[in-house]
Amino acid sequence: MSKKMDERKFTCIMCPLGCEVTVKSDDAGRIIELIGANCPKGEKYIKEEFSTPKRVLTTTVAVERSEISRLPVRTSDFIPKDKIFDCMTVLSKAKVKAPVKISDIVIENILGLGVDVVATRALK
Amino acid sequence: MYNIAIIGGGIVGNAIARELSRYDLKTILIEKEIEVSFGTSKANSGIIHSGIHDKPETLKGRLCFMGNIIWGQLATELRIPFERVGEILVARSDEDIPVLDQILENAKTNNIPAEMVTGTKLREIEPNLAPNINTALLAPTAGVIPPYEMTYALYENAMQNGVEYLLESKVTNIINDKNGFIVTADSREIKAEYVINAAGVYADDIAKLIGANNFKILPRKGEEYILDKRLDNINNHIIFPTPNPTSKGILVIKTIEGSTMIGPTAEDINDKEDTSTSEAGLKKILDFVRTMVPDIKKSDIIASFAGIRPVSDTNDFIIEESKVVPHFINAAGIQSPGLTAAPAIALEIIEILKESGMDMRKKNNFKPYDKPHRRLTLLNNNEKELLIKLNKDYGNIICRCETVSEAEVVAAIKNGAKTVDGIKFRTRAGMGRCQAGFCTHHVMRILSKELSVPEETITKRGGDSRIVKEKR
Amino acid sequence: MKKISTDLIVIGAGPGGMAAALKASEMGIKNILLVDRLEELGGILQQCIHNGFGLQKFEKDLTGPEYADHYINLIKKTNIEVLLHSMAIEITKDKKVILSNNIDGLIEVSAKAIVLAMGCRERTRQQVSIPGTRPAGIFTAGVAQRFVNIEGYMPGKSVVVVGSGDIGMIMARRMTLEGAKVHAVTEILPYAGGLTRNIVQCLEDYQIPLHLNHNVINICGKDRVTGVKIAKIDSNGDPTNETFDIECDTLLFSVGLIPENELSRMVPLDINPVTGGPYIDDTYHTGNDGIFICGNAAFVNDLADYVSLEGEIAGEAAAKYALYGNRPNSRIPTIAGDNVRFIVPNFITRQDQVTLYVRVTEPITDVRVISTDGIVNLKKQIVKPSEMVEIKLDSDKLKKISQLKELKIDVKKNG
Repeated sequence: MSKKMDERKFTCIMCPLGCEVTVKSDDAGRIIELIGANCPKGEKYIKEEFSTPKRVLTTTVAVERSEISRLPVRTSDFIPKDKIFDCMTVLSKAKVKAPVKISDIVIENILGLGVDVVATRALK
Repeated sequence: MYNIAIIGGGIVGNAIARELSRYDLKTILIEKEIEVSFGTSKANSGIIHSGIHDKPETLKGRLCFMGNIIWGQLATELRIPFERVGEILVARSDEDIPVLDQILENAKTNNIPAEMVTGTKLREIEPNLAPNINTALLAPTAGVIPPYEMTYALYENAMQNGVEYLLESKVTNIINDKNGFIVTADSREIKAEYVINAAGVYADDIAKLIGANNFKILPRKGEEYILDKRLDNINNHIIFPTPNPTSKGILVIKTIEGSTMIGPTAEDINDKEDTSTSEAGLKKILDFVRTMVPDIKKSDIIASFAGIRPVSDTNDFIIEESKVVPHFINAAGIQSPGLTAAPAIALEIIEILKESGMDMRKKNNFKPYDKPHRRLTLLNNNEKELLIKLNKDYGNIICRCETVSEAEVVAAIKNGAKTVDGIKFRTRAGMGRCQAGFCTHHVMRILSKELSVPEETITKRGGDSRIVKEKR
Repeated sequence: MKKISTDLIVIGAGPGGMAAALKASEMGIKNILLVDRLEELGGILQQCIHNGFGLQKFEKDLTGPEYADHYINLIKKTNIEVLLHSMAIEITKDKKVILSNNIDGLIEVSAKAIVLAMGCRERTRQQVSIPGTRPAGIFTAGVAQRFVNIEGYMPGKSVVVVGSGDIGMIMARRMTLEGAKVHAVTEILPYAGGLTRNIVQCLEDYQIPLHLNHNVINICGKDRVTGVKIAKIDSNGDPTNETFDIECDTLLFSVGLIPENELSRMVPLDINPVTGGPYIDDTYHTGNDGIFICGNAAFVNDLADYVSLEGEIAGEAAAKYALYGNRPNSRIPTIAGDNVRFIVPNFITRQDQVTLYVRVTEPITDVRVISTDGIVNLKKQIVKPSEMVEIKLDSDKLKKISQLKELKIDVKKNG
């Protein structure tokens, strides 16, 4: 009896080769096979990218009364890829007041993800 | 109630306005765009022709000849640079030579200085010509001026002397009333004794509003390409091919800045608003100019534009009082040599007004144009220092490629610029290699400050052309 | 005119200029003037709010402003004189630098050594000759980046990106995050111009199609962009009849960077037509005594990290020149061989260590990077134009190279 199989393609970004890797998984989301991964680093990345894709989000937030118009910020760690737009919604409402130091927390524990949004520059 | 309403704020409308401002008359100029010179006049080549191309019995010929002479004095009055770099008409094959001989004959008859230049002498004066070109006709009285500055100078001088300007106002109706005309422009109704139609590509549509359209405008598009300043002095004169009966041809133009422009094409079009450039146009121009100056490459191009010639179906200028509608004067069909002829056209209009019975009394307090046109980049360092001492903002350079200072941008706004293009044409900020990459946000900031409007409302050239969509 | 005399002037305070000034300070140069036309240090880094900086140099994944901050903090601890909001408008024939600002006016700087670090400009729509109208809504990607990240304006809402350089892809993501719809990225070549990482994280993540072998062949719109026509490009680089239209209000161009050498040409320095920057040796000296150059003004590099390394080399060499008038005695030219578009620096003079950068002509898998006499012999799984090949030469290799007439580098397919 054959289980249903899902096939998804990924491009590995670990080195300039940019290998195209196909991930075969079952309908419970478990990886059955990786085709095209050429090194252990790549394999690890693809497996992570398949099960828990995550990204660092960088953007700017509005600033009140300062010399510059926008404050660049970043997430202090990776956030789930599918939470990017929800985070952007929160950040689009944020407004920061000077002074701010680099690495100051702008939004603590955004969306309860255990990740802060921090300033990447100072604001006078 | 005005004595005169001029419709159209290009080189012709403004030349007429300034000339009229010498007289004791109440004049208004109505222009549909947000600034003057945003129509055909912003796409001209800056050439003051010698007259060698035109038949002297035509209006084009007569007024071009006169205009060429007047420009010497006018450029000084308007404080703009003017250089008689000369034009050469080259023979690209043996068949061209008898044509040039005939043109030389005609030139002599019409008192236009001209001479044949051949062989080593030709090489000396124009070293980068194709090796097979050995004969050319030189007309030394042809020259170049900055393509935009003269319209602005005429406009500013006209305003200085009392001409009223109504911008961003499209004329939608003209009717007769007992004193002359009522011109509807946007939401205003303007009463004037005389109307002068200098509406460029729309001159026939304007004339039609009152039934004075005994001509049709056939729009003819011309594309031009500007080469990198690095190719300075690839040519010393304006280089023409031997003309054919319908066209002056595609040229290698020396601009007053010293850079080189190539073009124009000549394409009859239907859409009066079509100023697009094309792959075919570029290819045509490159292939052609390389037969005259082979060193020109596609990779040298840094900018391009296209303009629409308002060609009349009579193929000549139409400068006359309408025979059907008294006191309605057409100054239409002004294609090349329109820039050259403009001051002469203005004088012609004065004569027409006189003959029509207008009481033309000259003022004794006409103010000459006195606005110093300061371009920092043209000054030596000591002069720059003096200017910066007068106004520190001359020290803040906001355009890297053309070395334009904040003070020059502010001055342009005080003189009427409201848009990024208006600044560009007046100061050259945005005309260089990086095509406004560095200076746009500076120009927007300064416009916003001086005009007290939010930056996100600043436009490229009025209408819907805002630079950015919204503030975040 | 205000006149300043100094040991070293560094023109441009981006990743190259800051590194150069710091290195020179470390070497004991007392009087250093670091100039920039912007209002703050950091150059282009301050508008590059995305991460990816510092991976090579600091083994950290930093954003542009964070990377700049590292250098800014170090500069604060020195007595490097910083002059901001000042444009270098001229280098005179006798190597004086003329600066202009709205406080001092003109300043004439006489320096024992000059480091040029002006960075680069972007290739424009006009320079790639795309026909059509000239409406509002056309930006180069870097200018759009400035508007979004620094000025706080959205350049548009419905976007097509022309060119798959890194900046184009990064702005495709940035605009999408800020609520714009990015319809497509077109790329005239059969491969993307930027890093794979950006294809994945900027385009695939947001389902933005990348149309390789495609180019915009017409732009429509009178006052504002209303749309573009895109054509499939054949193997000769010419548009085919396979076209489609996209309605949009904004175009972002990411079609290449050009070293900014307005000042260099004034000296005049000979500009290498292949790199767009002056000819340089491995001390980043230009061949004109006392004038050094680093960063994208010398040649367009891929990473700010490499630019900082160049800055250090240039700063060190400029310092030595200011102190001792050091000039190398001999130099071995580097020559671009098979599949190599260019190789920099153009001359090898050093005995201790040199890093060469090679830009290949097209992506090739399974290659050998091999030099004259096999002194360099590197096996590479893949080489791409978007990622420079670094060739590190140690003192052993350099000793052998010093015996050669020239060092030619070929990139050859293996086997």
